[in-house]
Amino acid sequence: MRIALFVPCYIDQLKPAIGLAALDVLETFGFEVDFPEAQTCCGQAFLTAGETRAADRLFDRYLDVFDDFDQIVALSGSCAATIRRHLPSRRASSRAEGVAGRTLEFSEFLVENGVAMRNLGRFPHRVGLHSNCHALRELRLGTASEIREPERMDPARRLLSSIRELQLVDLTRPDECCGFGGIFSIEEEAVSCRMGLDRLADHRLANAEVITSTDVSCLFQLAGLADKAGFEFRAMHLAELLAESLADVIRGSSREFDPSSRDVGAGQEGMDRTDGSR
Amino acid sequence: MGHVDRAREFVADADRTGWHDRALWFVRTKRDRAADLVPDWEALRERASEIKRFALGQLPELWCEFEENAIRAGAVVHWARDGHEHNEIIARLLQERRIERVVKSKSMLTEECGLNPHLEACGIEVVDTDLGERIVQLRNESPSHIVMPAIHLRRGEIGELFAEKMGSPPGLDDPTELTAIARRDLRDRFLRAQAGLTGINFAVAETGGFVVVTNEGNADLGTALPKLHIASVGLEKIIPRQADLAVFLRLLARSATGQAITAYTSHFRGPRPPSPDPQELHIVVVDNGRSHLLGRPAFREALACIRCGACLNTCPVYRRSGGHSYGATVPGPIGSVLETSRDPATHAELPHACSLCGSCSDVCPVRIPLHHQLLAFRGELARGGHQRRSRRAALGLIGWLFARPSGYRWLGRSGRFLARRLPTARLNALVSPWTRQRTLPEIPEASFRELYARRRAAENDR
Repeated sequence: MRIALFVPCYIDQLKPAIGLAALDVLETFGFEVDFPEAQTCCGQAFLTAGETRAADRLFDRYLDVFDDFDQIVALSGSCAATIRRHLPSRRASSRAEGVAGRTLEFSEFLVENGVAMRNLGRFPHRVGLHSNCHALRELRLGTASEIREPERMDPARRLLSSIRELQLVDLTRPDECCGFGGIFSIEEEAVSCRMGLDRLADHRLANAEVITSTDVSCLFQLAGLADKAGFEFRAMHLAELLAESLADVIRGSSREFDPSSRDVGAGQEGMDRTDGSR
Repeated sequence: MGHVDRAREFVADADRTGWHDRALWFVRTKRDRAADLVPDWEALRERASEIKRFALGQLPELWCEFEENAIRAGAVVHWARDGHEHNEIIARLLQERRIERVVKSKSMLTEECGLNPHLEACGIEVVDTDLGERIVQLRNESPSHIVMPAIHLRRGEIGELFAEKMGSPPGLDDPTELTAIARRDLRDRFLRAQAGLTGINFAVAETGGFVVVTNEGNADLGTALPKLHIASVGLEKIIPRQADLAVFLRLLARSATGQAITAYTSHFRGPRPPSPDPQELHIVVVDNGRSHLLGRPAFREALACIRCGACLNTCPVYRRSGGHSYGATVPGPIGSVLETSRDPATHAELPHACSLCGSCSDVCPVRIPLHHQLLAFRGELARGGHQRRSRRAALGLIGWLFARPSGYRWLGRSGRFLARRLPTARLNALVSPWTRQRTLPEIPEASFRELYARRRAAENDR
């Protein structure tokens, strides 16, 4: 199986460490991933700004770059949502449907491949999970608070709840928007910032030390506001958090790593590489 | 002044923004709890959406059926192409009968058509009888919410208003007391009114009857005494069967306020029986841009709206910017769709007053894909010339560069190079709206793709 890593433009240019962390995590669990260098951007920023021609060009590029892969792992819920929900309707073809359908958000990919059952190490902190709107309401990873259906746990929460000593805090509004919204954060600056500050207040109320999310754009917003306001938080992409919880494993010092401490199926193989097939 | 500026003004009052947000979020959570008590809420939403989609596909047939049945029941049906025709029809009906005082229960359609100013210009006194709407009428404002017209006001502000307009003692802020004052004032107006105006929540094709829901009973009271009842209805309010009410009435109040049912669900069919006091019933059916929207497949589902206001209550932008920031009769997500469709030149900013979180679409009892419609409008408005040229040019250039790996790499490298060398103040000024309340992330020396190449090279060396 050929797996490609899709690194959103803002991670590539502004937070490369997240890409490396994701690579570490994926490789730890035995997934061989390629990073096709011809990739640039999913087109979301242009689509949401109303610049559909620019978005369409990037959609075509995405299709060309990733057509050959069996699975595409996107390091952002909203980029994955752009590809899965919007690309096929603007670039109607069976090829588009195929590539879109094979694009998974990072946590979704991990959980679908059984990683939540593996030893995910320890992370002794109080963690607030910031829910990404597009992962939730476009990709339907998890059940939005508006929907009256039996709750499906979203994959990010599933992974976090498998990490030892990690305390997930309860928020009063667990899936409210952070106010980023792409160009919205610039054009509607006042409302956008108020939305973000209200989210931060919720995490503070819950005494979160770390805010994590599957989307870095939300974290830019929350960390940028917290920094300016003088709130002490660590904002970490889920990949960074996992890389840290798995640090001992990744460094290969298996002495501190005890697979039997989590006696769940795959855990018994420890960190043996699997072929990663689904 | 557009949404951005008015929203900035609203947000500047941090306290007001806070309680406005909390008040509406409280309603949203009430809605969640009420919906929980319905065994299969999602199936009910699906059913409602299906009925509305069917009705929108059959509008001419259903309205003809409605007209026939309404006439048979003794009503008179009028057709208005736009708001002006609607106002003229009502003014004529009132003037022909030498009517000078009317009471009106809540109707967003008459707001949309500007009925009050039109009638006042004809020398007719119109009194809004819904408490919230009466409050905004006394303040000479438009409603800031389609279900809770005065939600932007604090109790104390209403006390001041009543002291000024009704001579109540100053400084009151007890809701019960304030309501009693408004009630006394309205009671007399109800008794003296010569005509009762109402909106219509659901017009039923198979019976020619209609339903008006209120929490204050003001539609019943306003139409019980006068000899004339005029009901205004938008083209989209038709449902095929009486039985369909069972679906919509279960959804409406729960979605709107979290009540199982509104306090009053008033069914009308034909005028009040003749003796002892004969009444006339006139129904004015209004298009005002609705058939235009119907002809646009990407947006027509917005006509399924039952005006519950749930999308306003859940919208994180509406809650923090207030209804008046939209500068439109209907604010919030549904308003941004309807108003932009009606008048794109005036409202081109509204589809951007949205972070695309999608909560509106998930809360909507008839499943209108509101945030996808707002997204679609953005593209349409940009293509239609309703977007700043400088913005389009800048995004066009960046998009062109992004579509080429070399262009993308060049832009990223030079951007980072510049950002790392500029003094912080200069850099902040350059990306100013972002940095007003936020810091920028620390700009790295190398991109992921560069680090990745180095890492792979190192692995190959090993």
